[in-house]
Amino acid sequence: MTEQPHLLETQDITKYYGNIVALRGVSMHVDPGEVTCILGDNGAGKSSLIKILSGVQQHDGGHVLVDGEEVRFNSPRDARSRGIATVYQDLAMVPLMSIWRNFFLGAEPMKKRGPLRFFDAGLARATVRKELAAMGIDVRDPDQPVGTLSGGERQSVAIARAVHFGARVLILDEPTSALGVKQAGVVLRYIVQARDRGVAVIFITHNPHHAYPVGNRFVILNRGECLGTFDKKEIDRQELVRMMAGGSELAELEHELEGIVPPG
Amino acid sequence: MTESAAEPRPPADERLIVTSPVKRLLTRPDIGALVGAVAVFLFFSWFARDVNWIGDPAIAAGWADQAAQYGIVAVPVALLMIGGEFDLSAGVMIGSSGLLLGYLTTHAHMNVWPAIAIVLLFGVAVGVLNGVTVIKTRLPSFIVTLATFFVLQGVNAAGTLKLTGTTAIQDIDSAHGYNSAHAIFASELTRWAFPAKVLWWIGLTIVGAWLLAKARFGNWIYGAGGDPTSSRNVGVPVARTKLLLFVMTSGTAALMGTIEAIELRSMQSKEGIGLEFIFIICAVVGGCLLTGGYGSVIGTAFGAAMLGMVQLGIIDAQWDSNWTYTFQGAILFAAVILNTLIRSRAQRVR
Repeated sequence: MTEQPHLLETQDITKYYGNIVALRGVSMHVDPGEVTCILGDNGAGKSSLIKILSGVQQHDGGHVLVDGEEVRFNSPRDARSRGIATVYQDLAMVPLMSIWRNFFLGAEPMKKRGPLRFFDAGLARATVRKELAAMGIDVRDPDQPVGTLSGGERQSVAIARAVHFGARVLILDEPTSALGVKQAGVVLRYIVQARDRGVAVIFITHNPHHAYPVGNRFVILNRGECLGTFDKKEIDRQELVRMMAGGSELAELEHELEGIVPPG
Repeated sequence: MTESAAEPRPPADERLIVTSPVKRLLTRPDIGALVGAVAVFLFFSWFARDVNWIGDPAIAAGWADQAAQYGIVAVPVALLMIGGEFDLSAGVMIGSSGLLLGYLTTHAHMNVWPAIAIVLLFGVAVGVLNGVTVIKTRLPSFIVTLATFFVLQGVNAAGTLKLTGTTAIQDIDSAHGYNSAHAIFASELTRWAFPAKVLWWIGLTIVGAWLLAKARFGNWIYGAGGDPTSSRNVGVPVARTKLLLFVMTSGTAALMGTIEAIELRSMQSKEGIGLEFIFIICAVVGGCLLTGGYGSVIGTAFGAAMLGMVQLGIIDAQWDSNWTYTFQGAILFAAVILNTLIRSRAQRVR
């Protein structure tokens, strides 16, 4: 009985920083058109896990598999060439650069004229407008510096960028944590859109109320260890909140966030 | 007239104010430099009216000569600043390169052309040294290149004295191949004697502006200076970009040293010292932020023109030339204030 290998999978990942164990035996997976949520409080090991999956750091033990094949990412470029794109919390964009320059930073479309190779600015501007419109984002002016966009808009541009560049796996590092309630809702909607376009999404968050409506699977980390992996049907929202923080105070937040995101 | 639009558009943000074209023009980093250059020109057309500042092309040739002296190396210095780094050794490198050319031609009796090739390679080598040191040690480039500056300053002075017993290397024009090199680097153009380096300046400015605006490398420069970490994360080779910028800066300083040695026929051991700050002033006038990620090569050329006009205008107005420094300081101060305003505008007002 051969099973279809997962698009991206980790098995017993371990990571040390000196004598500190950041991750101990963490296993998870994600498939196309699914959202796997990695939940955990600060220091749970979420960042270490993303850094390994995005090629910024290397794991010390365990296996990373893409399409069932063992891989080791030595650089972010390495991971990207495998179709794994990461959108970082606050490092997604260069604020002083225009939207179109940011969108294509590191992957500029080129145009040839004689011996010279140009950065095709016209194509870049048009593509940005088209891609953002496809996600329902209305850019007023692609020449606008990214610093003038709101936090939610910036995240959305970053997500649109990753999807445009053919990301098969989209890793989102706390995309909603710095945002207001309404802005967070906007970003969650783009996560659902990316998922519906067949992208495998890994959504890192410490907020179970953001994770529950969009997630298919929930991986709960605590102090570098995996507390459990649950399919959506195995766990309800209350249970998830309790698992994560035993959260009595978090229950209050629930009301605040109720109903901002239609069930995915 | 009907309410049902063909495609539903998100509601326009009611907080958005419509910006006028004039206001948008003011967010461009090079406009301030252009306005400043025009202001300085008009200033001296009054105070230096006795020498016919506006009407005499020979006067323009004078300040253009000075502007080219500043503007050639200011091009890579501006790109380097946009890339988030400084090079304080760019001034002294002019002297080192010119002296090396002088040594190779007058003491090692080389033909000028292979000597120039060696000088340019020397420029590349110093750039690699600066760049690799900055990247490997993660020290601020300000400190690393300050060290290079002082090391070379000592080498220039002591080396020249040991070699010639004086503070200069003379008779570079006695070397083989000098005439053809003179034609390329130092010939006088038109009957008002515009020096060839004005063309070099304009040419390099066009190349630099093209690189920044149109080449992939330009996008990397903005990224490397604006936010190196996120640029690296999206795949920009930040270290390679910065290394290349250091090489371009030292290499262009070596070219400038060559031009000066050929033009002057001799090289003083103190040549170029102090110019490193002039280059930075040009770049700041051109909208380059000290923090990197923003600036203009065209604006930098206006900055060089401005400083060239100040240098010559003060002489033409028959003032004490010591006032030049005061003018340069005032221009720098005004430029920094203006940049801060423009940047906050670029980041906020739309």
